[in-house]
Amino acid sequence: MPKVTFPRMGESYRTFKMLMNDLGNEVIIPPRPNKKTLDHGVRHSPEFACLPLKILTGTYVETCQMGAEIIVTSGGSGPCRAGLYGQLHQKILKSIGFPVDIIVFEAPKSHPIDFIRKVNRLNAARLSYRGVWDCIKRGWEKLKYLDDAEKATHVVRPREINRGETTRVYREVLEWIDSAYTLKEIKEAGKAALEAIHQVPQDSSRQILKVGLVGEIYVLLEPASNLEMEETLGNLGVEVHRSMFLTGWTRDNTVKETSEHLSVKDAARPYIPLCIGGHGQETVGHTIIYSKEGYDGVVQMAPFTCIPEIVARTILTSVSREHNIPVLTFFLDEQTGKAGMSTRVEAFVDLMRRKKESGERPVAN
Amino acid sequence: MAARVGIPSSLFYYVHFPMWQTFFSELGIEVVVSGQTTKNLLDSGVKEALADACVPVKLFFGHVISLKDKVDYLFVPRMVCLNRKTIYCPKFLGLPDMIRHSLSGLPPLIDVQMDNREGFAAQWKAYLQIGGIFGFGRLKILRAYIKALAAAGRFKSLLLKGLSPPEAIDALFKGGSASPAALKKEGLVFAVLGYPYEVHDPFISVGLVNKLKKMGITVITMENISPARLSRANQLEKKMFWTFSDIALNAAYYLFREGAVDGIIHLTAFGCGPDSMVDKLMELSSKDYPDTPYMSVTIDEHTGDAGISTRLEAFVDMVKRKKEAREKLCQR
Repeated sequence: MPKVTFPRMGESYRTFKMLMNDLGNEVIIPPRPNKKTLDHGVRHSPEFACLPLKILTGTYVETCQMGAEIIVTSGGSGPCRAGLYGQLHQKILKSIGFPVDIIVFEAPKSHPIDFIRKVNRLNAARLSYRGVWDCIKRGWEKLKYLDDAEKATHVVRPREINRGETTRVYREVLEWIDSAYTLKEIKEAGKAALEAIHQVPQDSSRQILKVGLVGEIYVLLEPASNLEMEETLGNLGVEVHRSMFLTGWTRDNTVKETSEHLSVKDAARPYIPLCIGGHGQETVGHTIIYSKEGYDGVVQMAPFTCIPEIVARTILTSVSREHNIPVLTFFLDEQTGKAGMSTRVEAFVDLMRRKKESGERPVAN
Repeated sequence: MAARVGIPSSLFYYVHFPMWQTFFSELGIEVVVSGQTTKNLLDSGVKEALADACVPVKLFFGHVISLKDKVDYLFVPRMVCLNRKTIYCPKFLGLPDMIRHSLSGLPPLIDVQMDNREGFAAQWKAYLQIGGIFGFGRLKILRAYIKALAAAGRFKSLLLKGLSPPEAIDALFKGGSASPAALKKEGLVFAVLGYPYEVHDPFISVGLVNKLKKMGITVITMENISPARLSRANQLEKKMFWTFSDIALNAAYYLFREGAVDGIIHLTAFGCGPDSMVDKLMELSSKDYPDTPYMSVTIDEHTGDAGISTRLEAFVDMVKRKKEAREKLCQR
């Protein structure tokens, strides 16, 4: 059986693990990005490459050492750098002595034949197309429940009575979803998981701030890269709404554009009229929408040297002024320390709270 | 009085200025440029631009600030794609937005979008729109556009003859010499690869090209190589997305393969997104061609003159010694 691995992005690896297993591959689960991963990544990546590239390089080196033979990843058509990562990684890995195969999936909309060919490559179990489709359907369902569970923790965490309980329950229910296999099991496990998270004892009288998270997709989705921003905010009594989830992004980019996506583009149009790559336009659009929905603030997270987010950040200054919404930006790289970040977040939350108490912003809900 | 249009002497200035200048002057519009980069210009840009932006963008801010009180319009077109294959770096796509939302007291911006993927005549339509802002008729705009295209063509052929963009601009508009300095028979030939707005701005590149010339080295840049040769040199299965990066990388591949130069210097700006990939790919490919030494120089707003000189001298000495050793070996 070929040994397959893939980049890690939050909890989504549970889905890909199931999918690759079903197709008859042996899966090497990418370890959670840690100090060692970053050390490998920084050593072999270009200096000014963004944090996601460095983390991925590190992850690939680690998984290659564990014996991976094929790496599956996603492509893109630019102008974001991520579209070329597959090609660059291949060259880097080759130069340091890991001649692995990297299979880069491009959007099936624009490369249908290429897509089918690559699916066939991975289909070691020789499933029929219908069988593959069933696997994908189950994986999709699992991915949706994983995202929903994460969303639920964002709402429950700031209201929890015993600190840390939400996170504990969340870790537990992830295993339930992980071990479910058939469509029925996944649905049951997913529903039970959501229920369990909502059962965490909560204090409903607490005054809660609402903050939107915007920025580049990888640092938003992988808690190890943003130093658990959602948890930090949640523990400070802030309900977080993240603008991006893997299921949301895939829906926007594989088949058709959803209505929510379009409204974000419309909102951003007066400031950025065209897609500048990455998620620059979405960052601006979501910030405006959050302001209209009465959020107390927005936190932008982006990798250092990410150009679309730099453009967005430049424009957010005037968006923040015109729409009266505070924005805090973090450019993340391998040097970012958690303590410094927490201090800035705490100060930001204090400011938002004072502003809310003085009645400057309309109260959410 | 004729309207005055300001064109910042940065970024696209080194690529499209002859075309723009001809177009506007044919329409009877006065063009004002911001001129050579100075320390003050850079400082004012650094103050206004976001700290994380790359130095060319900060510099562009500086040029815009120095122009904004002198002109009626600022020409900052949104360049998306001109060759229907590759697009420009995201910062060019959002350039008018960045300028508009972070500087105050600006004259009206002319931020016409140029995207040839929209159709064959998209560029002509963009110029038609520009002419329309000043209320000119179609015929007059067409005449100016054709002259502008001709100027762009002349500019390109001067570049292929071996002139650098600033020299070619001088030759076209100020009566400078139109023939390149004669090639020396002996001595080294270096290629300085990098984006035109870095390599040809003597302030921001700390006079890198001039320093090399003073050491008696002939310098060629990526503008001097014909585009057809470059596009054939591509070794990637997936093209670089960004126009300038694509050209720079292909130039490196071409020069490595031909072995036509004695050394390659890649000039890159601190924190440049596309260059993080270009530089790594050049570095990896340089290992396959050990006969052509390769060096990468990073610049930012703090780059010191002495540091760059030292590095250049060391590199040149190394290349010279290597060449002499090889020639001796051949004579035996």
